[in-house]
Amino acid sequence: MHLSVKGVSKSFGKGRDSKLVLEDINLEINSGEFVALVGSSGSGKSTVMRLIAGLEQPSSGTIHMDDRPVRGPGPDRGMVFQKYSLYPWLSAADNVAFGMRLQGRNKRDVKERTAYFLEVVGLQDSASRFPRQLSGGMQQRVAIARALAADPKVMLLDEPFGALDLQIRESMQEFLYQLWERSGLTALLITHDLEEALLMAQKVHIMAPGPGRIVRTVAATLDRSNLSALRMERSFLELREDLAGCLRGLDQEPAVLAARSLASTTGSSSSG
Amino acid sequence: MSLRRQLDQPWLLGLVGIFSLLLLWQLVAASRVVDPLFLPSPAEVLAAGAEQAQEGILVNDALASIGRVLGGYALSILVSLPLGIAMGSNRLVCQLLEPLLGLIRYMPAPAFIPLLIIYFGLGELPKVLLIFIGTLFFNTLMIMDAVKFVPRELLESALTMGGRGLQIITKVVAPFIAPQVLDAYRINMAAAWNLVIVAELVAANEGLGKRISLAQRFLRTDEIFVGLIVIGLIGLLIDLGFRLLMRRTCRWAI
Repeated sequence: MHLSVKGVSKSFGKGRDSKLVLEDINLEINSGEFVALVGSSGSGKSTVMRLIAGLEQPSSGTIHMDDRPVRGPGPDRGMVFQKYSLYPWLSAADNVAFGMRLQGRNKRDVKERTAYFLEVVGLQDSASRFPRQLSGGMQQRVAIARALAADPKVMLLDEPFGALDLQIRESMQEFLYQLWERSGLTALLITHDLEEALLMAQKVHIMAPGPGRIVRTVAATLDRSNLSALRMERSFLELREDLAGCLRGLDQEPAVLAARSLASTTGSSSSG
Repeated sequence: MSLRRQLDQPWLLGLVGIFSLLLLWQLVAASRVVDPLFLPSPAEVLAAGAEQAQEGILVNDALASIGRVLGGYALSILVSLPLGIAMGSNRLVCQLLEPLLGLIRYMPAPAFIPLLIIYFGLGELPKVLLIFIGTLFFNTLMIMDAVKFVPRELLESALTMGGRGLQIITKVVAPFIAPQVLDAYRINMAAAWNLVIVAELVAANEGLGKRISLAQRFLRTDEIFVGLIVIGLIGLLIDLGFRLLMRRTCRWAI
Protein backbone atom coordinates (compact mmCIF):
# COMPACT_ATOMS: atom_id res chain seq x y z
CA MET A 1 0.00 0.00 0.00
CA HIS A 2 1.28 3.40 -0.92
CA LEU A 3 -0.70 6.60 -0.65
CA SER A 4 0.69 9.77 -2.08
CA VAL A 5 -0.66 13.29 -2.02
CA LYS A 6 1.17 15.58 -4.43
CA GLY A 7 0.80 19.33 -4.71
CA VAL A 8 -2.82 19.31 -3.63
CA SER A 9 -4.68 22.58 -3.30
CA LYS A 10 -8.32 23.03 -2.52
CA SER A 11 -10.59 26.03 -2.64
CA PHE A 12 -14.25 26.19 -1.80
CA GLY A 13 -16.75 28.46 -3.48
CA LYS A 14 -16.64 30.12 -6.88
CA GLY A 15 -15.39 33.38 -8.34
CA ARG A 16 -14.88 36.24 -5.89
CA ASP A 17 -16.24 34.25 -2.95
CA SER A 18 -13.79 31.44 -3.48
CA LYS A 19 -11.58 30.69 -0.51
CA LEU A 20 -8.31 28.81 -0.65
CA VAL A 21 -8.32 26.32 2.24
CA LEU A 22 -5.36 24.13 1.28
CA GLU A 23 -2.19 25.04 -0.55
CA ASP A 24 0.39 22.65 -1.96
CA ILE A 25 -0.08 19.70 0.38
CA ASN A 26 2.43 16.88 -0.06
CA LEU A 27 2.53 13.72 2.00
CA GLU A 28 3.10 10.01 1.67
CA ILE A 29 1.93 7.05 3.69
CA ASN A 30 3.38 3.58 3.34
CA SER A 31 2.09 0.22 4.48
CA GLY A 32 2.11 -0.19 8.24
CA GLU A 33 2.85 3.45 9.00
CA PHE A 34 1.03 5.54 11.57
CA VAL A 35 1.03 9.15 10.41
CA ALA A 36 -0.58 12.11 12.17
CA LEU A 37 -1.71 15.47 10.87
CA VAL A 38 -1.86 18.10 13.61
CA GLY A 39 -3.26 21.59 13.36
CA SER A 40 -5.63 24.03 14.97
CA SER A 41 -9.17 24.44 13.71
CA GLY A 42 -9.21 26.11 10.32
CA SER A 43 -5.91 24.57 9.26
CA GLY A 44 -7.73 22.38 6.76
CA LYS A 45 -6.58 19.09 8.26
CA SER A 46 -10.01 17.53 7.99
CA THR A 47 -10.21 18.64 4.38
CA VAL A 48 -6.97 16.77 3.64
CA MET A 49 -8.57 13.65 5.04
CA ARG A 50 -11.79 14.15 3.10
CA LEU A 51 -9.78 14.56 -0.08
CA ILE A 52 -7.91 11.32 0.58
CA ALA A 53 -11.20 9.58 1.40
CA GLY A 54 -12.52 10.82 -1.95
CA LEU A 55 -15.39 12.69 -0.32
CA GLU A 56 -14.05 15.91 -1.87
CA GLN A 57 -12.09 16.51 -5.07
CA PRO A 58 -8.85 18.54 -5.08
CA SER A 59 -8.83 21.80 -7.02
CA SER A 60 -5.34 20.96 -8.22
CA GLY A 61 -2.71 18.33 -7.56
CA THR A 62 -3.11 14.57 -7.41
CA ILE A 63 -3.87 11.86 -4.89
CA HIS A 64 -2.80 8.34 -5.73
CA MET A 65 -3.51 5.09 -3.96
CA ASP A 66 -1.14 2.36 -5.17
CA ASP A 67 -0.49 4.37 -8.35
CA ARG A 68 -4.21 4.64 -9.09
CA PRO A 69 -5.76 8.11 -8.88
CA VAL A 70 -8.38 8.59 -6.18
CA ARG A 71 -11.65 9.61 -7.85
CA GLY A 72 -14.18 8.94 -5.13
CA PRO A 73 -14.76 7.16 -1.85
CA GLY A 74 -13.95 3.46 -1.70
CA PRO A 75 -13.60 0.61 0.77
CA ASP A 76 -9.79 0.67 0.48
CA ARG A 77 -9.83 3.87 2.56
CA GLY A 78 -11.83 3.30 5.73
CA MET A 79 -12.86 6.26 7.82
CA VAL A 80 -13.69 6.87 11.47
CA PHE A 81 -15.53 10.12 12.23
CA GLN A 82 -15.45 12.18 15.40
CA LYS A 83 -18.97 11.16 16.41
CA TYR A 84 -22.52 10.29 15.37
CA SER A 85 -21.46 7.85 12.72
CA LEU A 86 -22.98 4.61 14.04
CA TYR A 87 -26.34 3.59 12.61
CA PRO A 88 -28.73 4.10 15.54
CA TRP A 89 -31.20 1.46 14.31
CA LEU A 90 -28.55 -1.29 14.23
CA SER A 91 -27.02 -3.20 17.13
CA ALA A 92 -23.27 -2.98 17.72
CA ALA A 93 -22.81 -6.28 15.87
CA ASP A 94 -24.94 -5.17 12.91
CA ASN A 95 -23.01 -1.92 12.76
CA VAL A 96 -19.75 -3.86 12.55
CA ALA A 97 -21.26 -6.12 9.89
CA PHE A 98 -22.62 -3.17 7.91
CA GLY A 99 -19.67 -2.57 5.60
CA MET A 100 -19.13 -6.28 4.98
CA ARG A 101 -22.78 -6.66 3.98
CA LEU A 102 -22.52 -3.69 1.62
CA GLN A 103 -19.59 -5.45 0.00
CA GLY A 104 -21.62 -8.64 -0.35
CA ARG A 105 -19.48 -10.97 1.75
CA ASN A 106 -21.05 -14.32 2.49
CA LYS A 107 -23.04 -14.76 5.69
CA ARG A 108 -20.65 -17.05 7.53
CA ASP A 109 -17.73 -14.80 6.77
CA VAL A 110 -19.66 -11.76 8.03
CA LYS A 111 -20.64 -13.53 11.22
CA GLU A 112 -17.14 -14.71 12.00
CA ARG A 113 -15.47 -11.41 11.23
CA THR A 114 -18.09 -9.47 13.22
CA ALA A 115 -17.42 -11.59 16.29
CA TYR A 116 -13.68 -11.29 15.73
CA PHE A 117 -13.58 -7.51 15.39
CA LEU A 118 -15.95 -6.98 18.30
CA GLU A 119 -13.50 -8.99 20.35
CA VAL A 120 -10.58 -6.98 18.98
CA VAL A 121 -12.16 -3.80 20.39
CA GLY A 122 -13.21 -5.62 23.57
CA LEU A 123 -16.95 -5.37 23.05
CA GLN A 124 -17.94 -8.99 22.50
CA ASP A 125 -20.36 -8.68 25.42
CA SER A 126 -22.11 -5.67 23.93
CA ALA A 127 -22.85 -7.19 20.53
CA SER A 128 -26.61 -6.88 20.82
CA ARG A 129 -26.67 -3.43 22.38
CA PHE A 130 -27.73 -0.37 20.42
CA PRO A 131 -25.51 2.70 19.98
CA ARG A 132 -27.52 4.83 22.40
CA GLN A 133 -26.97 2.15 25.07
CA LEU A 134 -23.20 2.49 24.67
CA SER A 135 -20.89 5.11 26.16
CA GLY A 136 -19.05 7.53 23.87
CA GLY A 137 -15.83 5.53 24.12
CA MET A 138 -17.61 2.27 23.35
CA GLN A 139 -19.34 3.86 20.36
CA GLN A 140 -16.01 4.93 18.94
CA ARG A 141 -14.62 1.43 19.45
CA VAL A 142 -17.58 0.03 17.50
CA ALA A 143 -16.89 2.60 14.77
CA ILE A 144 -13.26 1.48 14.65
CA ALA A 145 -14.28 -2.19 14.54
CA ARG A 146 -16.70 -1.41 11.73
CA ALA A 147 -14.05 0.37 9.71
CA LEU A 148 -11.54 -2.45 10.31
CA ALA A 149 -14.04 -5.16 9.39
CA ALA A 150 -14.58 -3.55 5.99
CA ASP A 151 -10.91 -4.43 5.37
CA PRO A 152 -9.42 -1.07 4.34
CA LYS A 153 -5.83 -0.65 3.22
CA VAL A 154 -5.57 2.56 5.21
CA MET A 155 -7.61 3.85 8.13
CA LEU A 156 -8.45 7.53 8.14
CA LEU A 157 -9.19 8.71 11.68
CA ASP A 158 -10.77 12.16 11.90
CA GLU A 159 -10.38 13.32 15.51
CA PRO A 160 -11.74 9.95 16.62
CA PHE A 161 -11.46 10.78 20.33
CA GLY A 162 -12.18 14.50 20.09
CA ALA A 163 -15.61 14.18 21.67
CA LEU A 164 -14.52 11.98 24.59
CA ASP A 165 -13.68 12.84 28.19
CA LEU A 166 -10.00 13.26 28.92
CA GLN A 167 -9.63 10.02 30.90
CA ILE A 168 -11.47 7.89 28.37
CA ARG A 169 -9.48 9.61 25.67
CA GLU A 170 -6.21 8.45 27.23
CA SER A 171 -7.32 4.85 27.47
CA MET A 172 -8.63 4.99 23.90
CA GLN A 173 -5.26 6.31 22.72
CA GLU A 174 -3.55 3.37 24.34
CA PHE A 175 -6.14 1.03 22.86
CA LEU A 176 -5.64 2.43 19.35
CA TYR A 177 -1.86 2.30 19.61
CA GLN A 178 -1.90 -1.32 20.74
CA LEU A 179 -4.37 -2.15 18.00
CA TRP A 180 -2.03 -0.63 15.43
CA GLU A 181 0.91 -2.52 16.89
CA ARG A 182 -0.89 -5.88 16.85
CA SER A 183 -2.68 -5.64 13.55
CA GLY A 184 -0.09 -3.85 11.44
CA LEU A 185 -2.71 -1.56 9.98
CA THR A 186 -1.88 1.68 8.21
CA ALA A 187 -3.37 4.79 9.76
CA LEU A 188 -3.65 8.51 9.20
CA LEU A 189 -4.76 10.36 12.32
CA ILE A 190 -6.17 13.87 12.27
CA THR A 191 -6.04 15.67 15.59
CA HIS A 192 -5.56 19.06 17.22
CA ASP A 193 -3.94 17.31 20.20
CA LEU A 194 -0.15 17.22 19.90
CA GLU A 195 0.25 14.72 22.72
CA GLU A 196 -2.15 12.34 21.02
CA ALA A 197 -0.26 12.60 17.74
CA LEU A 198 3.19 12.15 19.29
CA LEU A 199 2.07 9.21 21.41
CA MET A 200 1.01 7.15 18.44
CA ALA A 201 2.44 8.37 15.18
CA GLN A 202 5.96 7.86 13.87
CA LYS A 203 5.56 10.78 11.57
CA VAL A 204 3.78 14.01 12.53
CA HIS A 205 2.91 16.76 10.08
CA ILE A 206 2.14 20.17 11.56
CA MET A 207 -0.39 22.23 9.64
CA ALA A 208 -0.86 25.99 9.66
CA PRO A 209 -4.04 27.85 8.76
CA GLY A 210 -4.78 30.55 6.20
CA PRO A 211 -4.43 28.78 3.75
CA GLY A 212 -3.91 25.32 5.20
CA ARG A 213 -0.41 24.03 4.57
CA ILE A 214 2.12 21.66 6.11
CA VAL A 215 4.80 23.74 7.83
CA ARG A 216 6.79 21.11 9.62
CA THR A 217 7.25 17.37 9.61
CA VAL A 218 8.88 15.45 12.44
CA ALA A 219 9.80 11.82 12.79
CA ALA A 220 8.81 10.85 16.31
CA THR A 221 11.05 7.93 17.16
CA LEU A 222 10.16 7.24 20.76
CA ASP A 223 10.11 4.20 22.98
CA ARG A 224 6.40 3.42 23.11
CA SER A 225 6.51 0.30 25.28
CA ASN A 226 4.75 2.19 28.06
CA LEU A 227 2.55 4.99 26.83
CA SER A 228 1.44 6.36 30.18
CA ALA A 229 5.09 6.63 31.23
CA LEU A 230 5.97 8.17 27.89
CA ARG A 231 3.48 11.00 28.49
CA MET A 232 5.67 12.12 31.41
CA GLU A 233 9.08 11.49 29.88
CA ARG A 234 11.38 14.41 29.43
CA SER A 235 12.32 13.86 25.79
CA PHE A 236 8.62 13.48 24.97
CA LEU A 237 7.66 16.65 26.81
CA GLU A 238 10.49 18.61 25.19
CA LEU A 239 9.46 17.51 21.70
CA ARG A 240 5.87 18.32 22.52
CA GLU A 241 6.76 21.76 23.88
CA ASP A 242 8.90 22.50 20.83
CA LEU A 243 6.05 21.65 18.47
CA ALA A 244 3.48 23.36 20.66
CA GLY A 245 5.58 26.51 20.40
CA CYS A 246 5.56 26.12 16.65
CA LEU A 247 1.76 25.75 16.65
CA ARG A 248 1.29 28.69 19.00
CA GLY A 249 3.49 30.86 16.85
CA LEU A 250 1.34 30.03 13.84
CA ASP A 251 -1.91 30.66 15.64
CA GLN A 252 -0.91 33.87 17.28
CA GLU A 253 0.85 35.44 14.35
CA PRO A 254 -1.79 38.13 13.69
CA ALA A 255 -2.27 38.79 17.41
CA VAL A 256 1.47 39.02 18.05
CA LEU A 257 1.95 41.38 15.14
CA ALA A 258 -0.88 43.56 16.40
CA ALA A 259 0.61 43.59 19.89
CA ARG A 260 4.04 44.48 18.50
CA SER A 261 2.76 47.37 16.44
CA LEU A 262 0.84 48.60 19.46
CA ALA A 263 4.02 48.36 21.59
CA SER A 264 6.04 50.28 19.00
CA THR A 265 3.50 53.11 18.77
CA THR A 266 3.25 53.49 22.55
CA GLY A 267 7.06 53.23 22.69
CA SER A 268 7.54 56.02 20.16
CA SER A 269 4.99 58.25 21.81
CA SER A 270 6.63 57.91 25.22
CA SER A 271 10.06 58.63 23.82
CA GLY A 272 8.75 61.60 21.84
CA MET B 1 -47.94 7.92 46.22
CA SER B 2 -48.63 11.62 45.91
CA LEU B 3 -51.64 12.95 44.04
CA ARG B 4 -49.42 14.43 41.40
CA ARG B 5 -47.83 11.06 40.68
CA GLN B 6 -51.18 9.32 40.75
CA LEU B 7 -52.42 11.79 38.15
CA ASP B 8 -49.36 11.26 36.01
CA GLN B 9 -50.69 8.19 34.20
CA PRO B 10 -50.64 8.34 30.42
CA TRP B 11 -54.38 7.69 30.02
CA LEU B 12 -55.92 9.00 33.18
CA LEU B 13 -56.01 12.74 32.56
CA GLY B 14 -57.04 12.25 28.95
CA LEU B 15 -60.05 10.24 30.06
CA VAL B 16 -60.84 12.85 32.69
CA GLY B 17 -60.88 15.50 29.95
CA ILE B 18 -63.23 13.48 27.75
CA PHE B 19 -65.60 12.62 30.57
CA SER B 20 -65.69 16.23 31.75
CA LEU B 21 -66.90 17.31 28.34
CA LEU B 22 -69.49 14.51 28.30
CA LEU B 23 -70.70 15.57 31.72
CA LEU B 24 -70.94 19.22 30.69
CA TRP B 25 -72.87 18.17 27.59
CA GLN B 26 -75.27 16.09 29.69
CA LEU B 27 -75.81 18.96 32.16
CA VAL B 28 -76.50 21.53 29.45
CA ALA B 29 -78.81 19.11 27.57
CA ALA B 30 -80.69 18.16 30.76
CA SER B 31 -81.16 21.79 31.79
CA ARG B 32 -83.07 22.41 28.54
CA VAL B 33 -81.40 25.80 28.17
CA VAL B 34 -80.74 24.86 24.56
CA ASP B 35 -83.53 23.58 22.34
CA PRO B 36 -83.15 19.74 22.19
CA LEU B 37 -83.60 20.05 18.45
CA PHE B 38 -80.19 21.74 18.37
CA LEU B 39 -78.51 19.89 21.21
CA PRO B 40 -79.65 16.31 21.78
CA SER B 41 -78.57 14.63 25.02
CA PRO B 42 -75.79 12.03 25.02
CA ALA B 43 -78.41 9.34 25.59
CA GLU B 44 -80.37 10.43 22.52
CA VAL B 45 -77.23 10.44 20.41
CA LEU B 46 -76.37 6.97 21.68
CA ALA B 47 -79.85 5.79 20.78
CA ALA B 48 -79.61 7.26 17.28
CA GLY B 49 -76.24 5.53 16.90
CA ALA B 50 -77.65 2.22 18.07
CA GLU B 51 -80.51 2.55 15.61
CA GLN B 52 -78.14 3.25 12.73
CA ALA B 53 -75.97 0.36 13.78
CA GLN B 54 -78.93 -2.00 13.92
CA GLU B 55 -80.08 -1.03 10.45
CA GLY B 56 -76.56 -1.66 9.22
CA ILE B 57 -76.25 1.89 7.89
CA LEU B 58 -73.48 2.82 10.29
CA VAL B 59 -71.12 0.01 9.29
CA ASN B 60 -71.94 0.54 5.63
CA ASP B 61 -71.20 4.25 5.82
CA ALA B 62 -68.06 3.75 7.84
CA LEU B 63 -66.75 1.12 5.41
CA ALA B 64 -67.51 3.34 2.42
CA SER B 65 -65.61 6.27 3.92
CA ILE B 66 -62.72 4.14 5.18
CA GLY B 67 -62.41 2.48 1.76
CA ARG B 68 -62.06 5.84 0.02
CA VAL B 69 -59.53 7.08 2.55
CA LEU B 70 -57.45 3.92 2.30
CA GLY B 71 -57.53 3.95 -1.50
CA GLY B 72 -56.55 7.58 -1.88
CA TYR B 73 -54.04 7.53 0.95
CA ALA B 74 -52.37 4.32 -0.20
CA LEU B 75 -51.83 5.96 -3.57
CA SER B 76 -50.42 9.04 -1.83
CA ILE B 77 -48.06 6.88 0.24
CA LEU B 78 -46.84 4.96 -2.80
CA VAL B 79 -46.10 8.08 -4.83
CA SER B 80 -44.78 10.36 -2.09
CA LEU B 81 -42.13 7.96 -0.80
CA PRO B 82 -40.00 7.64 -3.95
CA LEU B 83 -40.75 11.25 -4.93
CA GLY B 84 -39.76 12.62 -1.52
CA ILE B 85 -36.58 10.53 -1.43
CA ALA B 86 -35.64 11.62 -4.96
CA MET B 87 -36.20 15.28 -4.08
CA GLY B 88 -34.34 14.99 -0.80
CA SER B 89 -31.31 13.22 -2.19
CA ASN B 90 -30.93 14.89 -5.59
CA ARG B 91 -30.48 18.62 -5.82
CA LEU B 92 -31.60 18.82 -9.45
CA VAL B 93 -34.83 16.92 -8.85
CA CYS B 94 -35.46 19.15 -5.85
CA GLN B 95 -34.86 22.37 -7.79
CA LEU B 96 -37.15 21.10 -10.54
CA LEU B 97 -40.07 20.09 -8.34
CA GLU B 98 -39.99 22.04 -5.08
CA PRO B 99 -41.43 25.33 -6.43
CA LEU B 100 -44.12 23.39 -8.26
CA LEU B 101 -45.12 21.40 -5.20
CA GLY B 102 -44.95 24.47 -3.01
CA LEU B 103 -47.39 26.18 -5.37
CA ILE B 104 -49.88 23.33 -5.63
CA ARG B 105 -49.71 22.76 -1.89
CA TYR B 106 -51.34 26.15 -1.35
CA MET B 107 -54.26 25.33 -3.62
CA PRO B 108 -56.96 24.05 -1.26
CA ALA B 109 -57.74 20.46 -2.21
CA PRO B 110 -61.55 20.90 -1.90
CA ALA B 111 -61.29 23.52 -4.65
CA PHE B 112 -60.38 20.65 -6.98
CA ILE B 113 -63.73 18.95 -6.40
CA PRO B 114 -65.66 20.69 -9.22
CA LEU B 115 -62.86 19.86 -11.66
CA LEU B 116 -62.70 16.25 -10.50
CA ILE B 117 -66.46 15.88 -10.87
CA ILE B 118 -66.32 17.30 -14.40
CA TYR B 119 -63.48 14.91 -15.31
CA PHE B 120 -64.49 11.76 -13.51
CA GLY B 121 -68.18 12.07 -12.65
CA LEU B 122 -69.72 11.26 -9.30
CA GLY B 123 -68.26 7.78 -8.69
CA GLU B 124 -65.47 6.68 -6.39
CA LEU B 125 -62.56 7.84 -8.52
CA PRO B 126 -62.90 11.59 -7.94
CA LYS B 127 -63.12 11.04 -4.16
CA VAL B 128 -60.07 8.83 -4.11
CA LEU B 129 -58.17 11.30 -6.28
CA LEU B 130 -59.19 14.20 -4.04
CA ILE B 131 -57.60 12.46 -1.07
CA PHE B 132 -54.56 11.67 -3.19
CA ILE B 133 -54.14 15.28 -4.33
CA GLY B 134 -54.86 16.67 -0.89
CA THR B 135 -52.18 14.65 0.89
CA LEU B 136 -49.52 13.92 -1.74
CA PHE B 137 -47.74 17.26 -1.51
CA PHE B 138 -47.58 17.39 2.27
CA ASN B 139 -46.33 13.82 2.45
CA THR B 140 -43.74 14.40 -0.27
CA LEU B 141 -42.36 17.61 1.21
CA MET B 142 -42.15 16.14 4.71
CA ILE B 143 -40.29 13.08 3.40
CA MET B 144 -37.98 15.33 1.39
CA ASP B 145 -37.13 17.26 4.55
CA ALA B 146 -36.46 14.05 6.47
CA VAL B 147 -34.05 12.90 3.74
CA LYS B 148 -32.24 16.25 3.75
CA PHE B 149 -31.55 15.87 7.46
CA VAL B 150 -29.88 12.46 7.29
CA PRO B 151 -26.54 13.15 9.07
CA ARG B 152 -23.66 13.47 6.63
CA GLU B 153 -21.51 11.11 8.72
CA LEU B 154 -23.99 8.26 8.24
CA LEU B 155 -23.93 8.67 4.46
CA GLU B 156 -20.19 9.12 4.23
CA SER B 157 -19.47 6.15 6.51
CA ALA B 158 -21.40 3.96 4.09
CA LEU B 159 -19.55 5.49 1.12
CA THR B 160 -16.16 4.76 2.68
CA MET B 161 -17.19 1.14 3.26
CA GLY B 162 -18.00 0.60 -0.38
CA GLY B 163 -21.67 1.62 -0.44
CA ARG B 164 -23.06 2.84 -3.74
CA GLY B 165 -26.14 4.78 -4.94
CA LEU B 166 -29.13 2.57 -4.37
CA GLN B 167 -27.50 0.79 -1.39
CA ILE B 168 -27.13 4.16 0.35
CA ILE B 169 -30.84 4.81 -0.18
CA THR B 170 -32.05 1.40 1.00
CA LYS B 171 -29.55 0.75 3.82
CA VAL B 172 -28.99 4.23 5.23
CA VAL B 173 -31.57 6.77 4.10
CA ALA B 174 -34.66 4.54 4.30
CA PRO B 175 -34.11 3.20 7.82
CA PHE B 176 -33.06 6.62 9.10
CA ILE B 177 -36.14 8.44 7.82
CA ALA B 178 -38.60 5.61 8.64
CA PRO B 179 -39.77 7.14 11.95
CA GLN B 180 -40.27 10.58 10.42
CA VAL B 181 -42.05 9.11 7.41
CA LEU B 182 -44.43 7.16 9.63
CA ASP B 183 -45.06 10.31 11.63
CA ALA B 184 -45.72 12.33 8.47
CA TYR B 185 -48.18 9.67 7.29
CA ARG B 186 -49.88 9.70 10.67
CA ILE B 187 -50.24 13.49 10.76
CA ASN B 188 -51.41 13.85 7.16
CA MET B 189 -53.90 11.03 7.60
CA ALA B 190 -56.04 13.58 9.41
CA ALA B 191 -56.19 15.62 6.20
CA ALA B 192 -57.24 12.53 4.22
CA TRP B 193 -60.02 11.92 6.68
CA ASN B 194 -61.16 15.55 6.42
CA LEU B 195 -61.23 15.42 2.65
CA VAL B 196 -63.30 12.26 2.38
CA ILE B 197 -66.02 13.89 4.45
CA VAL B 198 -65.87 17.04 2.32
CA ALA B 199 -66.13 14.95 -0.84
CA GLU B 200 -69.10 13.04 0.54
CA LEU B 201 -70.85 16.24 1.59
CA VAL B 202 -70.71 17.33 -2.04
CA ALA B 203 -71.74 14.12 -3.76
CA ALA B 204 -72.10 10.54 -2.57
CA ASN B 205 -74.66 7.79 -2.05
CA GLU B 206 -73.19 6.52 1.17
CA GLY B 207 -70.48 7.37 3.66
CA LEU B 208 -70.27 9.12 7.01
CA GLY B 209 -70.13 12.55 5.39
CA LYS B 210 -73.15 11.74 3.27
CA ARG B 211 -75.06 10.63 6.37
CA ILE B 212 -74.29 13.93 8.08
CA SER B 213 -75.50 15.97 5.16
CA LEU B 214 -78.73 13.91 4.97
CA ALA B 215 -79.24 14.37 8.71
CA GLN B 216 -78.94 18.12 8.23
CA ARG B 217 -81.71 18.05 5.65
CA PHE B 218 -84.06 16.39 8.17
CA LEU B 219 -82.81 18.43 11.11
CA ARG B 220 -81.59 15.24 12.83
CA THR B 221 -78.90 16.79 15.01
CA ASP B 222 -78.58 13.51 16.93
CA GLU B 223 -77.48 11.78 13.73
CA ILE B 224 -75.03 14.57 12.96
CA PHE B 225 -73.52 14.02 16.40
CA VAL B 226 -73.33 10.26 15.73
CA GLY B 227 -71.48 10.93 12.49
CA LEU B 228 -69.03 13.37 14.10
CA ILE B 229 -68.25 11.05 16.99
CA VAL B 230 -67.76 8.01 14.77
CA ILE B 231 -65.47 10.00 12.47
CA GLY B 232 -63.47 11.10 15.49
CA LEU B 233 -63.21 7.58 16.89
CA ILE B 234 -62.07 6.05 13.60
CA GLY B 235 -59.50 8.81 13.25
CA LEU B 236 -58.23 8.12 16.76
CA LEU B 237 -57.96 4.40 16.01
CA ILE B 238 -55.96 5.07 12.84
CA ASP B 239 -53.69 7.40 14.79
CA LEU B 240 -53.13 4.75 17.45
CA GLY B 241 -52.45 2.19 14.70
CA PHE B 242 -49.69 4.37 13.28
CA ARG B 243 -48.23 4.88 16.75
CA LEU B 244 -48.26 1.15 17.36
CA LEU B 245 -46.59 0.50 14.01
CA MET B 246 -43.95 3.07 14.90
CA ARG B 247 -43.31 1.41 18.25
CA ARG B 248 -43.02 -1.98 16.58
CA THR B 249 -40.74 -1.01 13.70
CA CYS B 250 -38.74 1.97 14.92
CA ARG B 251 -37.96 1.08 18.50
CA TRP B 252 -34.56 2.77 18.21
CA ALA B 253 -36.09 6.19 17.61
CA ILE B 254 -38.56 6.29 20.49
